[in-house]
Amino acid sequence: MSKFQAFMGWVDHRLPVTTTFEKHMSKYYAPKNFNFWYFFGVFSFLMLANQILSGVWLTMSYNPSAEGAFASVEYIMRDVELGWLIRYMHSTGASFFFIAVYLHMFRGLIYGSYQKPRELIWIFGMCIYLMLMAEAFMGYVLPWGQMSYWGAQVIISLFGAIPVIGDDLVTWIRGDFLISGITLNRFFALHVIALPLVIVALVVLHILALHEVGSNNPDGIDIKKHKDAEGRPLDGVPFHPYYTVHDLVGIVVFLFVFCFVLFFWPEGNGYFLEYANFEEANPLKTPEHIAPVWYFGAFYTILRAVTFDIGPINSQLGGVIAMGAAIAILFVLPWLDRSPVKSWRYKGWISRLNLVLFGVFFALLTWLGTKPASGLYQILGQIGTLVYFGWFITLPFISAKEKTKPVPERVTG
Amino acid sequence: MSNDGVNQGRRRFLIATTAVGGGVGAVGVAVPFVKSWNPSEKAKAAGAPAKADISKVEPGAMIVVEWRGKPVYVVRRTDELVGYLEGLAEKLKDPANADEGQQPSYAKNTGRSRKPEILVLEGVCTHLGCAPKFVPEVKPQPFVDGEDWKGGFFCPCHGSRFDIAGRVFKGSPAAKNLKVPPHSYLDETTLLIGVDEENA
Repeated sequence: MSKFQAFMGWVDHRLPVTTTFEKHMSKYYAPKNFNFWYFFGVFSFLMLANQILSGVWLTMSYNPSAEGAFASVEYIMRDVELGWLIRYMHSTGASFFFIAVYLHMFRGLIYGSYQKPRELIWIFGMCIYLMLMAEAFMGYVLPWGQMSYWGAQVIISLFGAIPVIGDDLVTWIRGDFLISGITLNRFFALHVIALPLVIVALVVLHILALHEVGSNNPDGIDIKKHKDAEGRPLDGVPFHPYYTVHDLVGIVVFLFVFCFVLFFWPEGNGYFLEYANFEEANPLKTPEHIAPVWYFGAFYTILRAVTFDIGPINSQLGGVIAMGAAIAILFVLPWLDRSPVKSWRYKGWISRLNLVLFGVFFALLTWLGTKPASGLYQILGQIGTLVYFGWFITLPFISAKEKTKPVPERVTG
Repeated sequence: MSNDGVNQGRRRFLIATTAVGGGVGAVGVAVPFVKSWNPSEKAKAAGAPAKADISKVEPGAMIVVEWRGKPVYVVRRTDELVGYLEGLAEKLKDPANADEGQQPSYAKNTGRSRKPEILVLEGVCTHLGCAPKFVPEVKPQPFVDGEDWKGGFFCPCHGSRFDIAGRVFKGSPAAKNLKVPPHSYLDETTLLIGVDEENA
């Protein structure tokens, strides 16, 4: 027995390192037919690590006060050695995080990864997404620029639409009668400690739940149905070393793209860092046009689409309800899809077409969220909102009624 | 330890009461954490009234005064602008100031002001808190179809429109009229925002 084996034996008697590694890596069988879409989970994980690492370093030079926040970000950008790089890793990284997460979610939609028995994986994933939106929103307030301030004004005011308790709730969240240094300070605490802890815990649950039932695949079939004599799925390969090495190649390509943007296009033409945010927060002057960062665009458009009263619900509350419903309905998706097959490869043409339309309209809503809400943009936003909800509402009927194609017994490569 | 002769009912009762006791304790512990988010004494003390000299505000012009960190708009309306107010009722959500919370009783009139020509408004959109833009020019505007804009406020964030008394137009995402803060006049040219006991 080698020294190393002896050492591992000593450890394993005290901590289940080897069995845990085997359970989740070297003896975790993943379907062998993963395609391009299956990279985005790993990319999301990579960006989470990037955000934590660059974020910890940013806190070393950042000053979370209304007087000092804006100047300290400029200090990081100009005076801290390579501070600009760490700051862009964080700010541009946030956009790449969301790109990866959105594509990861769309992968789930097209291959039915949320369907039975993976409902909990989807719900944990949605919780991560929700927490990530809160995290990104609070992070955007920290540089204390004009868009930080007025973005926060708009988002916190959303809670004011709640009847009866709304106004008090808004004051409670702000800790002041307006958005002030007090608000900034608590958002800093939530952004750097509370929410990251919650997000990391949810990621652990997301992966534990995944490893309990096993990964889905582009054919949406269960690889555990066909096993060899030793109980290993015939259509699976051990995650390590096959997918660890495979994913490293993807990570290299992803980082090439990320670094290119990071070095040559870090502000993304005002989409990753908005120009108005290079001016310090001024509570007396609203910027000409308030737009959220692109990754909130779709829900922001839905918020603005309600310009009319619906019975006793005024337009303001109506918009907030619509936006909340747009996020909430995603949680129940596993119970809306009643199709006997998982992957869109074997669903009917209506489902496939609807899914493409859903993706296109989500992108359209996202883009509209960065545009002013007037004229044609307003009407497009309202049509897009109808399509968004229409997809969810028609899904149970279409998925239950339509004729599906036969699903193969084994994966098709 | 033997389980013989265990009184299961008593055991369940003890478990339940302990759990409830623990739960009450947990709720109690939450109190300081929730309460600490309320505005501090320091934040509460910062809400002093603001004084403004309005003698230099030209007809048709607006100044912005800071009160409790919020922008307060003070507009000297021209007779032409005041004249349009009556005729707009059809197009407004709340032309008669039915919502009590949006103005003090002395501003519950068509002009929503103590003096017809001087308008005092909180520059905080009732939709989601942006500062609406002052658009006093009577002419066609890109944000109104067809006819001339009769002067008022336009919120660039979500397109809410308000007339020159801060009353919201139908078709706006905002549901309430802009708020008139408590205010009073110390003399002909000095406005005090935040206090309205005197000469009310």
